[in-house]
Amino acid sequence: MIEMPKPDESVIAKRAALAAQLRAVLPNEQVIDTAEELKAYECDALNSYRQPPMLVVLPDTTEQVAKIVKLCASAGAPIVPRGSGTSLAGGSLPTADAVVLGLSRMNDVLEVDTENRVIRVETGITNLAVSANIAHEGFFYAPDPSSQLACAIGGNIAMNSGGAHCLKYGVTTNNLLGVKMVMADGEIVEIGGAHLDAGGYDLLGLICGSEGQFGIVTEATLKILPLAEGARPILFGFDTNEVAGEAVAAIIKAGLSPVALEFMDKPAITVSENFAKAGYPLDVEALLICEVEGSEEEIDEQLTRIEAVVAPFKPSTVKRSANDIESAKIWAGRKAAFGAIGQLADYICLDGCVPLSELASVLSETARLAEKYDLKVANVFHAGDGNLHPLIMYEANDPNSARKAEELGADLLRLCVEKDGCLTGEHGVGIEKRELMLTQFNERELRQQMAVKDAFDAGWMFNPAKVFPLELIETRDAA
Amino acid sequence: MLTPDSEAGVAAAIRDAVVSKTPLELTAGGTHRALGRPVQAAQTLSLSELTGVTLYEPGELTLVVQAGITIAALNKLLDAENQQLTFEPPDYRALLSSTGEPTIGGAIAVAASGPRRLRAGAARDALLGIRYVNGQGEVLRSGGRVMKNVTGYDLPKLMCGAYGTLGAITEIGLKVIPKVEVVRTLAILGLDDAQAVAAMSGALKTPTDVSAAAHLPQSVSKELGFTDAVTLLRVEGFETQAAYRITVLQEALSEFGSVETIESDPWPAIRDVMMFAGDDRAVWRLSVKPTDAPGLVAALQTQIECEAFYDWGGGLIWLACDEGADAQEPIVRDAISNIDGHATLMRASDTVRAAVPVFQPEPKPIAALSERIRAEFDPAGILNPGRMRG
Repeated sequence: MIEMPKPDESVIAKRAALAAQLRAVLPNEQVIDTAEELKAYECDALNSYRQPPMLVVLPDTTEQVAKIVKLCASAGAPIVPRGSGTSLAGGSLPTADAVVLGLSRMNDVLEVDTENRVIRVETGITNLAVSANIAHEGFFYAPDPSSQLACAIGGNIAMNSGGAHCLKYGVTTNNLLGVKMVMADGEIVEIGGAHLDAGGYDLLGLICGSEGQFGIVTEATLKILPLAEGARPILFGFDTNEVAGEAVAAIIKAGLSPVALEFMDKPAITVSENFAKAGYPLDVEALLICEVEGSEEEIDEQLTRIEAVVAPFKPSTVKRSANDIESAKIWAGRKAAFGAIGQLADYICLDGCVPLSELASVLSETARLAEKYDLKVANVFHAGDGNLHPLIMYEANDPNSARKAEELGADLLRLCVEKDGCLTGEHGVGIEKRELMLTQFNERELRQQMAVKDAFDAGWMFNPAKVFPLELIETRDAA
Repeated sequence: MLTPDSEAGVAAAIRDAVVSKTPLELTAGGTHRALGRPVQAAQTLSLSELTGVTLYEPGELTLVVQAGITIAALNKLLDAENQQLTFEPPDYRALLSSTGEPTIGGAIAVAASGPRRLRAGAARDALLGIRYVNGQGEVLRSGGRVMKNVTGYDLPKLMCGAYGTLGAITEIGLKVIPKVEVVRTLAILGLDDAQAVAAMSGALKTPTDVSAAAHLPQSVSKELGFTDAVTLLRVEGFETQAAYRITVLQEALSEFGSVETIESDPWPAIRDVMMFAGDDRAVWRLSVKPTDAPGLVAALQTQIECEAFYDWGGGLIWLACDEGADAQEPIVRDAISNIDGHATLMRASDTVRAAVPVFQPEPKPIAALSERIRAEFDPAGILNPGRMRG
């Protein structure tokens, strides 16, 4: 079990007074202090951990956020920023003495500028809404986390979120041009903007992926891209994970730049096919879905080239989509995978990354460890960049099963680090992987990172108990 | 000059410098020494002997090298696998009248990105991870070698463009990309600056993956042998794809006149700012919103004698003007003060670069934050002191 720090009772004692002060800044109903309403903010998508916050505030403006930050600082109350609460890593799990600052009301599009290919938004807007607002102009916002219907841009910036299409277009940090942010002292700053490079130290690059620990980002300027004329996938089935892994490397090396390259292993194929009836072959060990973009002719030529590159690996199935209906069918199983597995069992979704050359060995070691713990693991992941998403199935009502699932998860992440990979490719550390950080970094390396946190937030008031092992946080140098 | 041949040697040199309170100028190829403010340092620490290739996995588009390896050696390595760096690092030797060999460490330290930055991202976007020695002589890692990594804060981005003021980068992990089969350059002649930015925006609205877009007004284009102002677009792909993309662009840009393929390759000269090489003018680099660029240049041209050209679809302006006593710094900064963006003085004498802010002055809270960050990495202030701010 992951521990959370002991709440500061002296802060909790000031709860009513702080609520009253916050109500002087915000309309009554935007300060939440009743037990039943607070319950809605007790967890994010890592819902095995729950803790209602002391208070929740739902501001409308950056100026209100600045005032809230100042009031909370005077009261000594930490702030947990929250977009839509879709973090799989417990990135917005409150502590009992914290104020959750929800960005859900700040969801406006402030400016669309297709000449300069940027959009400026408030950060409570959902990822998908950004693209929806510019689709009629022929543009889209590239990072596409699978929670994009719900997840907020603010959360994407906090975690530097990726998605299936980041193989071609990069992750959030590569598509973020500027932010407006409230700092720990309540000062409002702007970093970057509609221009490509910011001057001075790359603070923007540092803020993206800082898990809400450096400040409250209230506005973002995002790069937008012209929509491709079309896109079509091709599906390959293989007899072994090893060969599928080799085919992935061959596609990448050939420079065919697919926009997505997704991998499913046998357990994932079986579950998805039973659920979605996508027509996946059930007699293969691994599936690859490879999507390319362009005009009809460009797509055809790219798919032909990809088929040729994959042919030496003797795929037992090759299904090339000829039209939108077939494309939707190929994607149906992949898109349904998480939901289908969710119908069978509770699951933990991991997010480690490994070098492509280690894919096959990591998958076989995963199967071995799953057997050892007597748990089922399905693998559905972004193969092009080695970002694994093992789904560990367990029984949430059975504490023994839950404990085993967590232990297996930790073993699998250690395995990724051993293979020269990392603990998390796109979900973030949150509370979930906090205690594993010392498997990837030594203490000195973590203390240097913590020193950067000191520079932004000397009192460690933003998003407490995340990213670093609790013991290191508690023994940190007095700032 | 200290030239350790190992990372441990770099760390030992920095620890010695801390003890003896000796400020260090960090260098590798030495081609960027005239960028930033002049450094007052008693000793030079060169990373030029760190030239190892730690790992190159073409099938993973992954390269890990020591910081002192030259860009030329790196390109040779990548050529053999038909791959290339994503960010097309410039060679500023002609511009800065410097000698030596540009290194990857130098490119990362000054965040030098060429024309492809528009499409494939900047130097910082290619970084997968680094090893570095901080100002206390500690060897530290951040990031890694895998393509996606959000484990801990993104310190590689912070180090990129920090001009060696936060640490000595010893090893760099990079994402590389395959070379494309066909590269073509399209040219439109005779546009004024505003029309040119409109044409480039028009091109960048099409899904043709234009990998570079620049505009050279007539006074600059003649240096590359053009008879008139020229707007340039680089189109890439496999043969049929490039041909198709060209027809899409020709149709989308028909209102701007004839869009023709040219035989010459103007991009290395644009990347290296060759048009401003070999004279004694001050050179500025302005990063702005593309549609603001022509107005900014026009406003400056009413006040000072200057020449400009545009890269990154108009988002990057290179401007040459009389150096005088201050490289026209008050006028340039005043002109940019009303719009989003920043100006960096890229070429001027040591005297001028010591006298005026080379980098865009930051608002107080940001400057204070940057100083706090610097103090956390280099508490003794011995790494490239004064290089970024006085």
